Amino acid sequence: MFSNILIYFVIIPLLMLGGVGLSRNIRQIRAVAVIGSVALMALSTVLLLQYLDLRHAGETAPMLFTDSWTWFAPLNINLAVGVDGISIAMLILSSIIVFAGSFASWKVPQPKGFFLWLLLLSTGVFGFFISVDLFTMFMFYEVALIPMYLLIGVWGSGRKNYAAMKLTLMLMGGSAFLMLGLIGIYYHSAPEGGQLTWNILEIAARDSIPHGWQSFLFPMTFVGFGVLGAMFPFHTWSPDGHACAPTAVSMLHAGVLMKLGGYGCFRVAIYLMPYAAQELSYIFLILTGISVVYGAFCACVKTDLKYINAYSSVSHCGLVLFAILMLNSTAMTGAIMQMLSHGLMTALFFALIGMIYGRTHTREITQMGGMMQILPFLSVCYVIAGMASLGLPGLSGFVAEMTIFVGSFKAGMADYLSGEGSLRLVFTIIACCSIVITAVYILRVVGKLLFGPVYDKHHLELTDATWWERTSTITLILCVAAIGCFPNFFNNLINTTFTPEIFAVLGK
Amino acid sequence: MKQEIALLVVFLLVFLYDTFLGKGAQKGLPAFTAILMFVITLLGLCPHCCGVGGEQTAFAGMYATSPVIAAIKNILNVGVVIVLIQSIKWTNSENMSMRRGEFYELLLVTLFGMYLMISSRHFLLFFIGLESASLPLAAMVALDKNRYESHEAAVKYILTAVFSSAIFMMGLSFVYGLTGSFYFQNIYFAVSSNMSILLVLAIAFVIAGIGFKLSLVPFHLWTADVYQGAPTSVTSYLSVISKGATAFAFLVVMTQVFGAVYSRVWEWMLYALIILTITVGNLFAIRQRNMKRFLAFSSISQAGYIMLGVIAFNAMGLAALMYYVLVYIFSNLAAFGVIGAIENATGKVSMDDYRGLSKTNPKLSFCMMLAMFSLAGIPPFAGFFSKFFIFTGAINQGSVAIYVLVLIALINTIISLYYYLLVVKAMYISEDEPVVATFKSAASERLGLWITVAGIICLGIASCVYTYLLDTTAVSAMQAYFIG
Repeated sequence: MFSNILIYFVIIPLLMLGGVGLSRNIRQIRAVAVIGSVALMALSTVLLLQYLDLRHAGETAPMLFTDSWTWFAPLNINLAVGVDGISIAMLILSSIIVFAGSFASWKVPQPKGFFLWLLLLSTGVFGFFISVDLFTMFMFYEVALIPMYLLIGVWGSGRKNYAAMKLTLMLMGGSAFLMLGLIGIYYHSAPEGGQLTWNILEIAARDSIPHGWQSFLFPMTFVGFGVLGAMFPFHTWSPDGHACAPTAVSMLHAGVLMKLGGYGCFRVAIYLMPYAAQELSYIFLILTGISVVYGAFCACVKTDLKYINAYSSVSHCGLVLFAILMLNSTAMTGAIMQMLSHGLMTALFFALIGMIYGRTHTREITQMGGMMQILPFLSVCYVIAGMASLGLPGLSGFVAEMTIFVGSFKAGMADYLSGEGSLRLVFTIIACCSIVITAVYILRVVGKLLFGPVYDKHHLELTDATWWERTSTITLILCVAAIGCFPNFFNNLINTTFTPEIFAVLGK
Repeated sequence: MKQEIALLVVFLLVFLYDTFLGKGAQKGLPAFTAILMFVITLLGLCPHCCGVGGEQTAFAGMYATSPVIAAIKNILNVGVVIVLIQSIKWTNSENMSMRRGEFYELLLVTLFGMYLMISSRHFLLFFIGLESASLPLAAMVALDKNRYESHEAAVKYILTAVFSSAIFMMGLSFVYGLTGSFYFQNIYFAVSSNMSILLVLAIAFVIAGIGFKLSLVPFHLWTADVYQGAPTSVTSYLSVISKGATAFAFLVVMTQVFGAVYSRVWEWMLYALIILTITVGNLFAIRQRNMKRFLAFSSISQAGYIMLGVIAFNAMGLAALMYYVLVYIFSNLAAFGVIGAIENATGKVSMDDYRGLSKTNPKLSFCMMLAMFSLAGIPPFAGFFSKFFIFTGAINQGSVAIYVLVLIALINTIISLYYYLLVVKAMYISEDEPVVATFKSAASERLGLWITVAGIICLGIASCVYTYLLDTTAVSAMQAYFIG
């Protein structure tokens, strides 16, 4: 069992949990968190290199490092693991954000409980990304959800009781649909009399779910994961939840946890049920299209920094689902790039907002101004994050959105030319508008918050970022720039998955 | 037969101890009973005693036992051991010192009645079991002599118990009139060929009669008052052991007696009852402030989930039902353990008194949180697995209607999550001044909580329990009824 590298992605967070549990003071807790998250980053880098080596050597299997350990034998439930380029991208993203998040919560009150729940959440996230068994995947998914309740409820701010309950109930509501969908997939995973399985790879290879059942199970799973991916009209947990959560939790939640939704939508809903994905994608295309534009518009009128960023997350995560539903390889690659890019950039945003809030004790942009003079380091970082968000070339957002819109346009034109209607095309054009709206709300915040006159004289006494805050932000900025400067590397990493041989829905 | 004999021996020993040993030794009675029960539970778990192979019968086929039946009795034994450990503090209190023995004797008698219910293959024996499992319970509910609520609860309980028995008898008389036999097997074959309106009525009466004991909606009205009024140890016994045993007996009756008319008659009755039970139980639980009433409504909705294992009508559902009962025993007893500990120390049972508990009693609140998460079905705790498997078992039945039923049940888990989280919120998130001061609970209470917490954490992750149950049921004699 321990010869497989993937299992360590779960073991290390569990060890960290134990370490934090045994720690006696905040220094030890910090040490455990930093050592553990560095180990996770190292592990994901090693995994990346090994994976690329294997691919260069000509491995063509859909997933590598696959392994499976029996758990509930009569139901054929296994702890099955495996990764492809996408999971690796997500694992890298998660480890970076756990690292940055540990630094961002350097001075958190009641650190022991906080880190215990945060690490439980991370365990769920890592477990989810390495699983290829529907049961364990779902289990890790729920493990990642429930700590949010206490993290927001105990360490949050504002209307935290309301937000924590709303977030938990909505996400668990999504997972109720999801559970039914997954059990349904299990019972149709084999032709009559065959051995049923929860293994994603086997189900995809058999492709035996009857079309009628696909049309029932696809919406179940897509909505189930879509709730976490902030799909309209199930996005309402996101602004409240993010606004009330403590900094590191917002980072982890918007940066990683929302990606679980997008990842699940494509890995389970679309990968396993290609027929229904073709037939029913238009419904969800409309919903996600609304997410993209509506989220962006909401962000324009909010004055609370966290709300602005939360709505911008709705818009950007909507774009992920939107691109996945285009069902062509370019758009899907763009979707994964967008997940990476949005994860890093939004984590950076939330980290910066947390740092500013920690100093000024307000998040209202109407009550702040001239931060560039007072907090130059944080302000420059904020500008960089903003530029990444509105898609400046050289940063990650440009690469991702460019790929998505090229892919979507391709899909739209293909549909239009073959006479299958112009829905995709129309919605691509509508979604493109969100780029402009993004520029509006980003520049509005940057102009009001960072430049202009100092609003409050007391703010002049504030001090700029400390070393741990710098560590957190610089790590994230470097990663954002890395994606922007070397898009081809990530493109190649992800692209291996989206081939017609592996991804049935693409060939049709 | 071995398990019944062992239980009788325990009963006699407890009775002799209570009657003949001096006053000084009486304080040892609770521990003595707990240890004896623990020993026979261990004996029951060793493979030789579980019985191997198929069904063995006795008393001219009135009584039967098999590995599945032995397993459910073992599950009940485990629960009883925990209840006994948790009740030590209470039975040794000033108030109970004169009636200590009665609690244990009555408890063992009801357990014996449940054994008979589970093992019977003849309605006469079944009825004897049912009565001896419910009448002594009324006396147990009234044990708290100085509290008015305890008496009220006992009267309510005995009236409903007798009333439901009468309804059950009515159903039986119809069945006898139709088939001329009380043997399960004979009735099974008689009803499969002979379908009439009288049969539908008979089944409805039988379901209603047993439904009272299971507190299925609309037969649940006694539950909250009795749970609130009864002493906490008795409430926990009522809510897990009595309910678990009756659920299994219900499954036996529905499959082995009326299995042949599953889809024609009672599938839809049960379908409606499940939806009602889960939904009403959940909705009423939201507004409860008294913890015992709260858990009463929660246990009503849990009974609805348990019934999913009956409506599944297959071996997987049977195994899932047993597993669900086992996990439910551990989760609910953890909750009742905490409630009992706090009640014994401070006399407080309102949810408002739990505000800020995590600051004064972090370990107790942690146990309570685990119990709530497990009841709500949050991984990695056992409740998640039991819910997942009971849904999987139900869907195995295959019809579209079952998918709808499971979807309703799943949506209801969200409602239940809400009120379970209310308790967590009171303990962990509320910023009010703590009501309950720091106290040290008795060693017995801590032991009970340790066992339940270990169960909540391990029962799901260690796959061997469920795998064993599934393997046992897959080869059991019951399998034949599911196909028919």
